[in-house]
Amino acid sequence: MAGGYYSIEQVFHIKAGDFASAGEASSQIKKTLKQLGIDSTLVRRVTIAAYEAEMNLIIHSIGGELKLKVTPQSIIVTAEDKGPGIPDIDLAMQEGYSTAPEIARELGFGAGMGLPNIKRNADRLNIQSKVGEGTLLEIYFDIKAR
Amino acid sequence: MKIEEIRDLLNASLLTGQELLDREVFSACASDLMSDILSYVKNQTVLLTGLTNAHVIKMAEILEVTAIVFVGGRRPADEVVDMARKMGIAVLTTEYTMYEACGRLYSAGLPGCTRES
Ligand SMILES: Nc1ncnc2c1ncn2[C@@H]1O[C@H](COP(=O)(O)OP(=O)(O)O)[C@@H](O)[C@H]1O
Ligand SMILES: [Mg+2]
Repeated sequence: MAGGYYSIEQVFHIKAGDFASAGEASSQIKKTLKQLGIDSTLVRRVTIAAYEAEMNLIIHSIGGELKLKVTPQSIIVTAEDKGPGIPDIDLAMQEGYSTAPEIARELGFGAGMGLPNIKRNADRLNIQSKVGEGTLLEIYFDIKAR
Repeated sequence: MKIEEIRDLLNASLLTGQELLDREVFSACASDLMSDILSYVKNQTVLLTGLTNAHVIKMAEILEVTAIVFVGGRRPADEVVDMARKMGIAVLTTEYTMYEACGRLYSAGLPGCTRES
């Protein structure tokens, strides 16, 4: 895709509690990025962040959307939901903090490492949340010129 | 270290991935927490875990893990093994506990995964 002026967008609807489909959106994101010829280390970082965001929508939200946007300069993954919102974002960002229910923990989720993992893999992260309204996560990755 | 060598060191049974036996891995990661696995695992890695649900396989695909070893005699359901087969991931099961399995691979020279900074 070198030199091309492209911009693509994909939207995935994620249902609350839908563990059976968990990871499908992130797998698709991975596939798309690979097809675009994005560097494999970057694909990995984006996919890990997307997977954590997808799981948070399934486990913690009442459902929402995971979006992928790719431009020649950047990759942006957004996760947006309509609730319940995060009361204390600083606390939620701490490693080990989790309110995940037992059903998620039994599957190995709920280590409280998801948001920190997203932050570590991203070049920039923007989180906005309001209790009763929802959460918006914007995860940015720069595509370095080669 | 080749998957075949891992199988022998752990006295493990191979549930799928005969064609992957001579594939090489350069590190190992052991955990029962999905997020730990997501933050430590690199590619060309063997994952040791006690979790046998389908999510482990999906995550292994996302992370491009070469092989998964289920420890403590755990055996995933046939559907789970089939998923791994379709994704080209080798699946092994060993009677050794997590501690013993890790110790054996580590002493044989296979390093752990460290977190990417
Ligand atoms: N989309 C969301 N809606 C509401 N709360 C969320 C959302 N995402 C994360 N949280 C809150 O932030 C906490 C930490 O999230 P995370 O670091 O991913 O850990 P985990 O998912 O293992 O609990 C969650 O336990 C939950 O309380
Ligand atoms: Mg999470």
